[in-house]
Amino acid sequence: MSSARAPVLVEQPKSEPVPAPAPVAPAEPMRGARILLECLLKEGADTIFGYPGGAILHVYDELAKMKGQIRHVLVRHEQGAVHAAEGFARSTGKVGVAIANAYMDSTPIVVISGQVATNLIGNDAFQEADVVGITRPCTKYNYLVRDVNELATIVKEAFYLARSGRPGPVLIDLPKDVSAHTCVFSYPSRVDLPSYKPSTRGHPMQVRRAVELMSKTEKAVLYVGGGVVASNGNDELLALAERLNMPVTPTLMGLGCFPSGHKLCLGMLGMHGTYTANMSMAKADLIVSIGARFDDRVTGKLDSFAKQAMIVHVDVDPASVNKNVKVDVPIVGDAKTVLRQMIDVLPNEPAPARDGWWKTLHDWQEHYPLSYRQKAQAIMPQALMQALTKVTKGEAVCATDVGQHQMWAAQYYPVKHGRSWLTSGGLGTMGYGLPAAMGAAVANPDRTVMLITGDGSFQMTLQELATCVAENLNLKVVIMNNGCLGMVRQWQELFYSRRYSEVGMRYFPDFVKLAEAYGAKGLRATKPEELLSVLEEGFATPGVVVMDVIVSEEENVYPMIPAGAAHYEIVMEPEADKEPPEPRDLA
Amino acid sequence: MKGRHVLSVLVENRFGELARVVGLFAGRGFNIDALAVNVTTDPAYSKIVLTTRGSDAIVEQIVKQLRKLVRVKKVVEMTDDRYIERELCVVTVQAGGPNARQELERVVSLTGSRVIAYSQTAFTVEATATSQEIDQFLELLRPLGIRDMVRSAPIAIARPSTDSAAESAPPLGGVA
Repeated sequence: MSSARAPVLVEQPKSEPVPAPAPVAPAEPMRGARILLECLLKEGADTIFGYPGGAILHVYDELAKMKGQIRHVLVRHEQGAVHAAEGFARSTGKVGVAIANAYMDSTPIVVISGQVATNLIGNDAFQEADVVGITRPCTKYNYLVRDVNELATIVKEAFYLARSGRPGPVLIDLPKDVSAHTCVFSYPSRVDLPSYKPSTRGHPMQVRRAVELMSKTEKAVLYVGGGVVASNGNDELLALAERLNMPVTPTLMGLGCFPSGHKLCLGMLGMHGTYTANMSMAKADLIVSIGARFDDRVTGKLDSFAKQAMIVHVDVDPASVNKNVKVDVPIVGDAKTVLRQMIDVLPNEPAPARDGWWKTLHDWQEHYPLSYRQKAQAIMPQALMQALTKVTKGEAVCATDVGQHQMWAAQYYPVKHGRSWLTSGGLGTMGYGLPAAMGAAVANPDRTVMLITGDGSFQMTLQELATCVAENLNLKVVIMNNGCLGMVRQWQELFYSRRYSEVGMRYFPDFVKLAEAYGAKGLRATKPEELLSVLEEGFATPGVVVMDVIVSEEENVYPMIPAGAAHYEIVMEPEADKEPPEPRDLA
Repeated sequence: MKGRHVLSVLVENRFGELARVVGLFAGRGFNIDALAVNVTTDPAYSKIVLTTRGSDAIVEQIVKQLRKLVRVKKVVEMTDDRYIERELCVVTVQAGGPNARQELERVVSLTGSRVIAYSQTAFTVEATATSQEIDQFLELLRPLGIRDMVRSAPIAIARPSTDSAAESAPPLGGVA
């Protein structure tokens, strides 16, 4: 039982805000609870993921009177509500994401939590928690509403803060008495935040410098992240890369912002990225980072990172610039806007050939492609991802959980479009997958939405199967079942002398029966020859389908840059008859 | 390299904002050595002056994170000699006998401090100076016997500029 029964509010994926109905004469006072819901409609947010409870009851009472105007999705756990809002937002481009998770991965959501009445705050009242204090480090901003007269302004500001600048989660803690107090509702037309002025346009001189470097430097690479997705800058990125004939490598969060099959695409970079992508960073003379933040999973050992390269860094968050690496050309601005500015000042000359650089890159691609070996009679996890690509034609909205399956999906499932890849990158939150996929399925009833999860992650939030079935969602859940916490096992194998510690779960539920118990369809594949037919059947069946795919347990994710190692220390899959690489100390 | 840094943070005068500012330090395992907060000439804003220790790179990152806070309007590092620092110290010393009183009188007149309360055996003295000068002042008093002592956090302000435009600009105590 938690104290903050939190409906999570996400913006509706419509271009035009839903006009507010006017059932009440403008001058009539309204309860705070009603004002809150009217504000949401003004912001175009007509879908709510939530869970009722004592302190938020006035809001739920008003909700009952507004049937047909606001869709409420009753989750089975509040955590599910927040992740669902995240999936809803990420797949649509409007406000949404989970609190802590949302902050790291810059996803815009607004969270409303019910608080005890103001006269009880500080008295250790029943279900009282200092929600504003607890969430301060993991929200972009948060509010405790003390007066119903402030409520409309706060909601207006919350939506503005969530979606502007570097997007993020905003929480509004609403005491029960405030939601009962009345005042005349009037929605402010503009926000007044004197200290908050995020920059969107890059400095023109720096933009020119960056373009000059890109045109003149032979060994250049574009390193692109979630900021491009968040700003809807995919088309601009494609145009710039093609005009400059520049190789592109997306981060985990950036997948989908550049077409994965394009000839300029080197594949994902980072700890489990492709050899070519990582080596291109190690050997480049110019790295142009757009909407990415030089995360440690991407840079590896900072002392050896891109020693000889000039660095251009475009980011909407000034605190991300010069944080991990020293930048030669810092540009603070929105990714899409800056990409446009760059295109506008491109010199009117043919694209640089970069013959030598492309030859090097092509040699790497040829000699060190993503690869795996078929082992004995087992379904290889990589083969599962390839089969999913075949069955969905790469057109699905793909959510993942966290672990080995996430990395194999990132490597082998080619994300074709922006906003079609939902994953927990910054925090690696296990249990994100099912509720996020649920949010995406609510938002995209006409698209195939699939979740690729693992047997560990799935068990963290599987209660949301009930919500998915109750809401008649069309959602395909694929469990890559290797019978252990595979990524942790991989680290224990490689770095802890195979001292396996608590990575086997000893008991697993029968996921097929479990799906059936929830009213979903359950299917299982255990042998390679069954794989494709099971997936085809599952994806052809409407509604919620859980596919339990038993895969090879011992498989490791390669390539791998060990934590704290440099890009050029990338480890490829060892030969069949060779021992795995020597265990090394963790940095 | 763990240098001393004095940061001046102009923030909207609202509940919870001080907690956001100090939380950025606590979350990084940084101690705030001293902290002073009060409203500015515009009561909608408060100025926080805080002193911390850390490498330049980490403090630079904290400054960026502070600037990112929604209600923080301006952050200035006030460590170098373009800024004037002042700290208040109030100290009660023993001065029972005539020799001790004579010594106290000498220290007070030499340092420009002043006696603000006294009894037959003890005197309470107030001094306003830089942190370093306060340290030295306390050293002078130590032989007399310090009964009690309290120091405020240092506050800091930019030295007045000869550039008249710059001087007339700031409506909020140094804020453009």
